[in-house]
Amino acid sequence: MKFTLSWLKDHLETDASVDAIAETLTRVGLEVEGVEDKAKALAPFTIAYVIEAKQHPNADRLRVCMVDTGAGEPVQVVCGAPNARTGMKSVFSPPGTYIPGKDMTLGKGVIRGVESNGMLCSAAELQLSEDHDGIIDLPEDAPVGQPYAAYAGLGDPVIEIAVTPNRADALGLSGIARDLAAADLGTLKTPAVAPLRGAFPCPVDVKLDFAPEDKALCPAFALRLVRGVRNGPSPEWLQARLRAVGLRPINVLVDITNFMTLDRSRPLHVFDAAKVKGDLVVRRAKAGESILALDGKTYELTDEQVVIADENGVESLAGIMGGEASGCDEGTTDVLVESALWDPLNIARSGRALGITSDARYRFERGVDPDFCRPGLDLATAMIVELCGGEASEMVFAGALPESPRAIDFPWSEVKRLTGLELPEAEMKLALTSLGFHVSGAGERVKVAPPSWRAEVAGKADLVEEILRIAGLDRVASTPLPRIKGEVPKPVLTVLQKRTRGAKRLLASRGMVESVTWSFISQDAATLFGGGSPALALANPIAADLSDMRPSLLPGLIRSSQANADRGFGDVALFEVGQVFQSDQPEGQLMAAAGLRRGTARLEGAGRHWDGAAKAVDAFDAKADVMALLAGLGVPVGGLQVVPGGPDWAHPGRSATLRFGPKVVIGAFGEVHPRVLKALDVKGPLVAFEIHLDALPLPKSKPTKVKPKLVLSGFQPVTRDFAFIVDKATAAGEMVKSAQNTDRALISEVSVFDLYEGQGVEAGKKSVALAVTLQPVEKTLTEAEIEAVGAKIVAEMAKRYGAALRG
Amino acid sequence: MNEIDHLGTSLLADVAGAQDEAALEQVRIAALGKAGSISALLKTLGAMTPDERKEKGPLINGLRDRVQTALTARREALAEAALEAKLASETLDVSLPVREGPEARGRIHPISQVIDEITAIFGDMGFSIAEGPDVETDDLNFTKLNFPVGHPAREMHDTFFFAPDASGERKLLRTHTSPVQVRTMLAQEPPIRVICPGRTYRMDSDQTHTPMFHQVEGLVIDRQAHLGHLKWVLEEFCKAFFEIDNVKMRFRPSFFPFTEPSMEVDIQCSRKGGEIRFGEGDDWLEILGCGMVHPNVLKNCGVDPEVYQGFAWGMGIDRIAMLKYGMPDLRPFFEADVRWLSHYGFRPLDLPTLTGGLSSS
Repeated sequence: MKFTLSWLKDHLETDASVDAIAETLTRVGLEVEGVEDKAKALAPFTIAYVIEAKQHPNADRLRVCMVDTGAGEPVQVVCGAPNARTGMKSVFSPPGTYIPGKDMTLGKGVIRGVESNGMLCSAAELQLSEDHDGIIDLPEDAPVGQPYAAYAGLGDPVIEIAVTPNRADALGLSGIARDLAAADLGTLKTPAVAPLRGAFPCPVDVKLDFAPEDKALCPAFALRLVRGVRNGPSPEWLQARLRAVGLRPINVLVDITNFMTLDRSRPLHVFDAAKVKGDLVVRRAKAGESILALDGKTYELTDEQVVIADENGVESLAGIMGGEASGCDEGTTDVLVESALWDPLNIARSGRALGITSDARYRFERGVDPDFCRPGLDLATAMIVELCGGEASEMVFAGALPESPRAIDFPWSEVKRLTGLELPEAEMKLALTSLGFHVSGAGERVKVAPPSWRAEVAGKADLVEEILRIAGLDRVASTPLPRIKGEVPKPVLTVLQKRTRGAKRLLASRGMVESVTWSFISQDAATLFGGGSPALALANPIAADLSDMRPSLLPGLIRSSQANADRGFGDVALFEVGQVFQSDQPEGQLMAAAGLRRGTARLEGAGRHWDGAAKAVDAFDAKADVMALLAGLGVPVGGLQVVPGGPDWAHPGRSATLRFGPKVVIGAFGEVHPRVLKALDVKGPLVAFEIHLDALPLPKSKPTKVKPKLVLSGFQPVTRDFAFIVDKATAAGEMVKSAQNTDRALISEVSVFDLYEGQGVEAGKKSVALAVTLQPVEKTLTEAEIEAVGAKIVAEMAKRYGAALRG
Repeated sequence: MNEIDHLGTSLLADVAGAQDEAALEQVRIAALGKAGSISALLKTLGAMTPDERKEKGPLINGLRDRVQTALTARREALAEAALEAKLASETLDVSLPVREGPEARGRIHPISQVIDEITAIFGDMGFSIAEGPDVETDDLNFTKLNFPVGHPAREMHDTFFFAPDASGERKLLRTHTSPVQVRTMLAQEPPIRVICPGRTYRMDSDQTHTPMFHQVEGLVIDRQAHLGHLKWVLEEFCKAFFEIDNVKMRFRPSFFPFTEPSMEVDIQCSRKGGEIRFGEGDDWLEILGCGMVHPNVLKNCGVDPEVYQGFAWGMGIDRIAMLKYGMPDLRPFFEADVRWLSHYGFRPLDLPTLTGGLSSS
């Protein structure tokens, strides 16, 4: 909402400066978005007389001017404008002036050997127009020495405020002035509206043609005819006001409606009575009807929209925009003036459906003052008669005004309860009454009736806000919030929250870079990763490739890895810890952690190096990441099963599913399937893992923080090596477990220290070499005892895996 | 005794003259070996009379000890010299670059870092972290929060919706984390102190808006919490978060459906050369919205507004991250460009704490 200071002063008697007014507006909740104060910005620019302009001795295009600035001796100015001439009046700025059009501060200078003590200015240099052609050429009677801005009528600052949706009353100058007066910045002086008596009955009748349940679409409709008007350009003061706030003057009848909209937040409509046939009917539009509106566009209507029609058809879109056919122009002599009430919701929906924004819609969808429906018509009619002549009819009024809002039972103590601020009752009462609220009763509880223009004020908290914004929020003292209990705060993070944070730190410490990718991905990508169900597809995606909730973090990471590769960074290790979606239910949202490595982005580093080049990533890099993650999060991995083969995104032979039993699948790792790479238009090598943090077993709660007692053996551990020949398909990890299980008391560790296939080993077989560490606890082992454990291991391997000791 | 002295002089000269371990060993064998010269002298002791032995014994044993000591010293000197020679030949080009370790390469995204910072501050004030689903119901995202029917936020051009399910219910992507406040109030009796960080979604896309962004909201419900407390919490937060000693904030009356009174908060700053600094200057920057929880919201969440009261606030995590750390544009937050992440991201062990400071230099 834009307005000028002088317009505001029609409603507010005040001596306050623009700055004070702006500051107060923001303070009471009408946030100032900008103040355009040309008078202030252009204060150093004054009117000057060019006593003499003669050719510059050293430059063809320059002139040396002696200028009378109205302040003492004439000033010498070098000027490059083609129109600079002796005897003209123009605009002068002394050295030190900031020139807005050039974004520079003027200095004293010597131009081609001639001293220049200021500048004669063009309109462009003052940022008043695009006109660079020459300096401003003023009439002979322009007063030398006076500020140019005031002379040019630029002295009226324009203030723009942001009005929140609950403050429809502040979409008019009268409402803005009321707030300022309540905030003690002046006296409200909005003129009262005198009831207007018509000279004759209105020849056009109005019918509200609605089903009973639709009556709220148009609660009331007032109409008057003014006959014998002369329409044409508005008087200069009205045009200037409209122009100052960005509106284009059209003709006086239309300008009056715009004036009323801004002055009183009362949108009106004027019909050229000669173009209206028969009576007016307010009704829902019929499917198939259309209207050529005043913006020159034709709108197809449905029965969702409300229209004003006559025997010719639809003449106006109720509360939004009038029609071209019955619009007022220079030839209008008889005018019908409408002041109506509309259903805010219907206006908002119709405006959105038709894609029309107008000052009328903006106000009606927020709710106008119902009690001003009739006075608004009277005021507009009086203004028409004053500016266009003519004679007004009596008012036709259809429908009924809604009842006034209910009074609120209000204990004054509510202000202190909600704000902590203690205010005198008198001050609180004054704040309310100056905003138009009616306070009745006395003592600690009163009845407060909101004014008709504040329909949204419905409860005690609303009244607290009204009092507070007038009293000033800065008076609320900052008060320490006491701790609930004790002084040292208790831990607040849940296990999942700690794991989510921990996972990020842990993966980053493995050289991976955390990414945050979109929660929505393309439907194709979602489908590739087991998603794409209709329940998780957006009805209105912002882009085709951001349409489906992600079932996995990997599609986003995989696409990002390629984007990095395309920028020349192919060896990337990325991870994300974030939500994935299995259904549209809250429990269908899981917290996943996923990581990928591309190219040679291995833990120890990527690319070539003097100490040995990094080789391409493989599935074991991903396995190492996920195992480190589980270890870092303190998940006991004793029961973890690594089952060959992963989900559809993974290479079937180079991936595995991670689970704690068949029902507790926590994730997978492996090489990304070549078909998935192709479908996502991505190049490998690419390995990845993903686990669901919600699926991880919870730590057992323990009664104390004491760790189990450490038992150390005093005897040396013994290591024995075994190389077994087994079928190539035999899982070495299983062999390790079996070996461990042969004597759980004695065997402390089994590791795979060598793998071999090829010469010396039969085709289809491989050699798996295990190092078995025995840790005696009671006594040093004899060679015979060690041999016995070895024999047990060899027998177990032979039995389970058909393994033979390598010869 | 000339013979013994002579032998001693000769042997000590041999020890001193030995140039390596092997030569020294030869000298030892020649002196102390089975057939060595000193061994031979020692053997003569057996055949001597007690008086002779009393006289010569100490002399011969003394000779043996002197030679022994000289041998040991010489051996150590030779070993030392050998080590020096070896060390002199063992050199590395220590200027060769080593591989950068994973801890140096890894990065934490600024959003995660800022959430950890926020958590550290509010955790200290006794706030828990509440979370909720991104896919929400209209009821929890709008209705319970006192959004009127027909509010523009409920339209397709502002909010992401899913197709209606079999029961006709149309789910949506939460437009703020406020439904988490609702879920908290429905699940928990006051007193309540939670913050709700999370992903939120709106139909928006430009330099400072993305269709997905992050918000943190806070909620305090008890029998006394009032605007003065709200002011204090936000002032303390801003000082701690932006790591400045003083912050000047401006509370402006505003409007949100779910709070009454409602306010927007500006923070005083200076803008010089595109850089925003807090705690100085005379510009204002809007930073968050807040207010006393609307009685209708309390009622909708089963909390009696005559007994309980409280306040709530909300702000953009991405936005305050940009303000604190100076990223000019929001969009790269979600583009996973390793150049951006390496530059604006945080090291793995940059753990924000109140004791150690939120951000490390």
